Amino acid sequence: MDDGVLNLVIVGVGGQGSLLASRVLGELLLERGWEVTIGETLGLSQRGGTVVSQLRISRAPRPSPVIAAGRAHVIVALEPVEGLRALVRFGNPGVHLVMNTRPILPTGVLSGEQRYPDRQTIVAEAQGLSGRLTLVDASDVALRLGQARLTNMVMLGALDSLGVLPVSLEREALQGVLGRALEPRHVAPNLEAFDAGAALE
Amino acid sequence: MNPLLVDAPRALLMGNEAIARGVIEAGAAVCAGYPGNPSSEIIGTLAQVAGELGMHVEWSTNEKVAMEVAAAASFAGLRGMAAMKQNGLNVAADFLFNLSLSGSKGGLVVVVAEDPSGLSSTNEQDTRAFAKMGDLPLFEPATPADARRITLRAFELSEEIGLPCIVRSVTRVSHARGPVELGPLPRPEDRPTPAFDRSRPFYSFPALANHRALKRKLARARSLLEGSPLGSYQGPDRPELVVVAAGAAWAYTREAIALLDLDRQVGVIKLGATWPLPDGLLCRHLQDAPRVLFAEEVDPFVEAEVKALCAQRGLRPGAFHGRDDGTLPAVGELGVDLLVGAICRLLDVSYRSRPESYDQRVAALERLIPARQVGLCAGCPHRATYWALKNALALDGRDGVVLGDIGCYSLGFGPSGYNLLDTLHAMGSGPGLAGGMARLGSLGLTQPVVTLVGDSTFYHAALPALINGRYNDASFVMLVLDNSATAMTGFQPHPGIGVDAMGRPAPVVEIADVCRALGLKVTVGDPFNMEGTIEAILELLEDDEGIKVLVLRRLCGLLAAKRGPPARGGKGRSPAARGSGATKVTAAVRVDTERCLGAACGCNRLCTRVFRCPGLTWDAVTGKAGVDEAVCNRCGYCVQICPAGAIVQAEDGDG
Repeated sequence: MDDGVLNLVIVGVGGQGSLLASRVLGELLLERGWEVTIGETLGLSQRGGTVVSQLRISRAPRPSPVIAAGRAHVIVALEPVEGLRALVRFGNPGVHLVMNTRPILPTGVLSGEQRYPDRQTIVAEAQGLSGRLTLVDASDVALRLGQARLTNMVMLGALDSLGVLPVSLEREALQGVLGRALEPRHVAPNLEAFDAGAALE
Repeated sequence: MNPLLVDAPRALLMGNEAIARGVIEAGAAVCAGYPGNPSSEIIGTLAQVAGELGMHVEWSTNEKVAMEVAAAASFAGLRGMAAMKQNGLNVAADFLFNLSLSGSKGGLVVVVAEDPSGLSSTNEQDTRAFAKMGDLPLFEPATPADARRITLRAFELSEEIGLPCIVRSVTRVSHARGPVELGPLPRPEDRPTPAFDRSRPFYSFPALANHRALKRKLARARSLLEGSPLGSYQGPDRPELVVVAAGAAWAYTREAIALLDLDRQVGVIKLGATWPLPDGLLCRHLQDAPRVLFAEEVDPFVEAEVKALCAQRGLRPGAFHGRDDGTLPAVGELGVDLLVGAICRLLDVSYRSRPESYDQRVAALERLIPARQVGLCAGCPHRATYWALKNALALDGRDGVVLGDIGCYSLGFGPSGYNLLDTLHAMGSGPGLAGGMARLGSLGLTQPVVTLVGDSTFYHAALPALINGRYNDASFVMLVLDNSATAMTGFQPHPGIGVDAMGRPAPVVEIADVCRALGLKVTVGDPFNMEGTIEAILELLEDDEGIKVLVLRRLCGLLAAKRGPPARGGKGRSPAARGSGATKVTAAVRVDTERCLGAACGCNRLCTRVFRCPGLTWDAVTGKAGVDEAVCNRCGYCVQICPAGAIVQAEDGDG
């Protein structure tokens, strides 16, 4: 954490739940006495576009909801090429990239107009452009639990177990925050997904 | 508990939630709006707590009506608030510029949330021009915490001067989350009982007398706001550069100064109100400034006003920089990097966020990353409608013109709607343009005219255009894409759904009934019936008499997935799928690779190359199509499009 702030970026594709992940993380950190500012993209990008959440975690307020280019400390990518895209914008030699391995192919790739890089290329690039790379098979875990949309919580669990956050996310507090953010029937599956992610390492 | 009702000293709130919290703390009784990014969460979150707080919160049919609903509360002595996006203010402007003349009574606040760069809009537009034109005070919060504070102050000022006050937010405030200091919640029993004092009517005329009174009220606002703690200076006594900053651009400026470690060289004037401007604060800190940089979203509004102010006061700061002289871009959203660049250039400072070698590697990487275009979701009924329209227009063969409108289906300008849209402007412009285009038939236009509107757009602005078309004998086809939600902005209810903003049952204003009452020809269909929809559109295209309305009704794919998540293993129905509006849990869609002929089919990969649902995939190794189960919403429409019959949807139990 140089410069008194931890800049954490959560990227994904519209519908993957990066907004819920950033909100949950933000509330948990605020409860533990940290200053938190989050910049989110809502709206049109939620229709299959790139969705970026930017978290600033600090002791003294850092009110910009936008992180400067090249200044992320941690990037959590719910989708592999979105992780690469985030490196282009926010990356630096010290960044820790936590990357879900399952691609969501853009329609331009599905139609054959564009190419999606193969896994080997993605991993090589991600390794070369980060200080630390953690690959997480989060979608596979989420699908095993019954819903692809739980990928975000699996990733949050994995992030917690990596020890890059200033505090560990306590389960009880997590339950409280999820209870405020979600319909009651969705709380248990999300907690289960978090635990599955935390157990992955 | 709802985040708006938290009884704690501070909470992590989204800017729009902070505005809503300010509205609640101010004791507002009536709030109305029309959904639009980035404003939607203001009314959306208020509606959730309205019942508990004894407020009336509604989604109105459009922004002008919303402003009228809020003003009615003000006229009867209560506090009212209207919320909208920047385009919405255009719709409400006619009333607003009369309301400024009549004045208001109970505190009345208009919140306009702007979308600089038009990330989710057809335009970018600066509300401050409206404030100046209407002689109305305008505030600009820079953070969620500011948003709550400023909303409260706007209500007070409105009552002090008897005018509506505007709060101008932008995406990076409305959709930022930050810690917000909370004030006490008022008790509903302290709220006055509404009463309209008939001895004190509200007229916008006589124009001259009221315009004169309006100028006096604005002058009073100027003196009340002078010295307000909402405006401040932070920086050294003798700065090398003074940045005049408002809204989100203030937060970018602070971040840039922190990154560059220029606290001792750069001073910042933070503006809370930008109309009228705090002249005293500005003059005090600008008179000796060697350089001034203006950091503000959209137009160089403060910049122009401050230049005029300095000319009038005979102040001569060294130089002015901003969007006007190209120090910052003339259009588009600002950001930390733009501020860093501008300050570095002005002070001749160098800055590097990462090594040059990293930049070079990243530039090479960029070429490997495929673009991710926004498009209609998997299972979207609009894709089915566009597919049918594309086929019907091809069969018709007269190069039909397709006039678009505002909603998720605006994406029809791009490949996920087969690039069918020929025009796209404002809410309701599709049917309006259709009426005009169709009349060109008598002047020799031979192309048939089709327009598309969504259900919420229909109520908002299509009606006058339809009446006009009927009255002036226009002949066109209108497809109503009825997905039972204001989907693009977050699934808000509208008059066709049977529920109001606060979740109470409401009468249904049936689109088909309204159209029939206007004397239009109406048919209703299911867009997922591919053959039937193509035939229906083709038939309507051939009918050259009057306005033909085809209402295509099918629940938004996202809502369908939300209400009834597919139970894995294909057994049983999820409990959530029961109840009103829930869709049946359907079986998985898959490609029978025996039947898929792949590249040899001759279909030119119709499913992935042409139809382009994001749930359909192509396996380059096997040369066959497939389905991505993590994306597919199991709508099953694509089963109808495969010429080889290779896409199948298994029955419940074997999916």
